[in-house]
Amino acid sequence: MDYLFTEEQKMIKDLARKIAEEKVKPVRAELDETGTFPWELMKEFAKADLCGLYIPEKFGGFGGGCLEFCIATEEISRICGGVGVTFAASALGAFPILMFGTEEQKSKYLPDIASGKKLAAFGLTEANAGSDAGGIQTTAKKDGDYFILNGTKQWITNGGEAETYTVIAMTDKAKGSRGATAFILEKGMKGFDFGKKENKMGIRCSATRELVFQDCKVHKSQMLGKEGMGFIVAMKTLDRTRPGIGAQAVGIAQGSLDEAVAYSKTRVQFGKPVSSFQGVQYILADMATQIEAARALVYATARTVDTGTNDISRDSAMCKLFASDVAMKVTTDAVQVLAGYGYMKEYPVEKMMRDAKITQIYEGTNQIQRNVIALALIKELAAKK
Amino acid sequence: MNIIVCIKQVPDTNDVKIDPKTNTLIREGVKSVINPFDENAIEEAVRLKEAHGGKVTVITMGPPQATEALKTAIAMGADEAILISDRAFAGADTWATSYTLSQAIKKVGSFDLVLFGKQAIDGDTAQVGPGVAEFLDIPQITFAIKIDIDGGTIKVKRQLEESAEIVETKMPAAVTVIKQINEPRLPSLKGQMRAKKAEIPVWTAEMIMAEPENIGLKGSPTQVVRIFTPPPRGNSEMLEGTPEEMAVKLFNKLKEQKII
Ligand SMILES: Cc1cc2nc3c(=O)[nH]c(=O)nc-3n(C[C@H](O)[C@H](O)[C@H](O)COP(=O)(O)OP(=O)(O)OC[C@H]3O[C@@H](n4cnc5c(N)ncnc54)[C@H](O)[C@@H]3O)c2cc1C
Repeated sequence: MDYLFTEEQKMIKDLARKIAEEKVKPVRAELDETGTFPWELMKEFAKADLCGLYIPEKFGGFGGGCLEFCIATEEISRICGGVGVTFAASALGAFPILMFGTEEQKSKYLPDIASGKKLAAFGLTEANAGSDAGGIQTTAKKDGDYFILNGTKQWITNGGEAETYTVIAMTDKAKGSRGATAFILEKGMKGFDFGKKENKMGIRCSATRELVFQDCKVHKSQMLGKEGMGFIVAMKTLDRTRPGIGAQAVGIAQGSLDEAVAYSKTRVQFGKPVSSFQGVQYILADMATQIEAARALVYATARTVDTGTNDISRDSAMCKLFASDVAMKVTTDAVQVLAGYGYMKEYPVEKMMRDAKITQIYEGTNQIQRNVIALALIKELAAKK
Repeated sequence: MNIIVCIKQVPDTNDVKIDPKTNTLIREGVKSVINPFDENAIEEAVRLKEAHGGKVTVITMGPPQATEALKTAIAMGADEAILISDRAFAGADTWATSYTLSQAIKKVGSFDLVLFGKQAIDGDTAQVGPGVAEFLDIPQITFAIKIDIDGGTIKVKRQLEESAEIVETKMPAAVTVIKQINEPRLPSLKGQMRAKKAEIPVWTAEMIMAEPENIGLKGSPTQVVRIFTPPPRGNSEMLEGTPEEMAVKLFNKLKEQKII
């Protein structure tokens, strides 16, 4: 299918694919097995200028947008979903700065993220606040020109490895959802430590860790957006990064289809390659069709984000929901096509199936995405009346 | 520091076919790439530039398609590239090629270092680097695995069969590198954008003041009589096992056949 990419977008695709094939593929199984953070690979992406695709040239980036970012994320995830999310989560941490940062904050933080010298991360979730982000308990108490942070963020991707963190904390509990504020934190700040590193089902090379704040004193210049805008920062960020998770899902799914097709041509049963059986062909045809539909939705959503519109929640929820459900279905089917061999670690599809699952969970579970979509439908109807 | 890198575009495989009629390589349909050792030379040049400053100029003698290889070199970090191309260069052997490249290098002007890959994977002669050094009348060091530069002096560790030696000389000098010297980088996105825009000048025989009798087929003392793939030798048998076991097996075979 021709998605009418520009020459630059094609270059990004080819380059990301080349690095994924040449550098990521040989190490993905070991990274998965040992749960090792892929620093070497992050350096490869940095050298190739892929880390700042969505960051303006003024701040050292490539000057592209969500689509460029999705193209690279998809290609990397096609080979390894864990490396893909490590790459993508840096954008999740950088987007709030890009959207809400002052010129000063942007010039301070974005160039190092764009060059790949530093990774970023985003901290919203807590032990008692997952889908219900309004339940966060981390506090930021005003103290003159400073805020004092206390609390623990949980399951933060790139935690401990990133240098730059966007963190949401309550500045005024009484105000409820208008009482949260976003802050930029730096690794190494006094009172900011890292807790437990999680042992996960999939995306195992990605770091998922606690951020622990104990009387962490941050200057008010580190505040992102206005006081009380924390949840708006978080929601607007997620609206723009969910296509990235969609792209990760499409990549993982495509990787598993590639493996399934190749395998089906070499595996002989009943004297024929299994690809000659209609039952197998139908599975492959459905996989391919679903992936293409998901990809088209992801690209269309990314392009919509790049128009600069604010009205994007519904579309980005749809693309993340659809692409991640496709990824789960398709990777499960890939294991089915490889059957017993697919269940074994010698083949990459079992890992792809494990990696796919997270795309239905993070950046909002797929139930929450459905809530967002349904809410948009109801609002639209109300607006017409 | 000004570095010139001489590169060659080669078919993307060791397994090229030979046209039985003309005894030349069949290049049609085979993807072209930068000779792998030359990628190491480009990488080394870019690293030396990053460490010591200066400029990297990449040159190749070849047909217009070789521009592709030069663009890749720019994407990897070279500053400039020049294509040396003229119908009159066709059929050049290593002598005529060395002469032609040296004429082009003279036209580039001042330089401190000329880098080459140790050999091209299509011809495998390893003669062009040393040949150019002779035409330029500068010292040459072959098979480098490490290059250190200190002022006007270059110190090179060169790989020999079973050992390595360190050789030092004054620059300008010519050095050929082997694979172990570095890991060539992939072209970056910004590099590719620069390469896309880069204008690559084409220098003809006249522009580099090459003597017509020294270039192309006419200037080549080597005449290829025949190129062929030797037929596989029949009836061979591979012995397996530890060296001791193989020696015993070999001894028994030779005895069996009454050779000893
Ligand atoms: C590997 C990993 C990496 C992560 N990275 C980050 C990160 O970088 N930054 C960050 O801030 N967070 C991160 N998270 C957190 C992630 O976004 C949350 O896990 C997710 O939002 C869901 O929260 P929960 O797991 O607490 O599920 P819960 O909210 O406890 O949900 C439990 C179940 O209830 C359902 N449910 C909940 N509420 C509703 C409702 N209103 N309607 C219908 N169904 C509902 C859910 O869909 C789910 O099925 C990460 C999580 C993981 C596992």
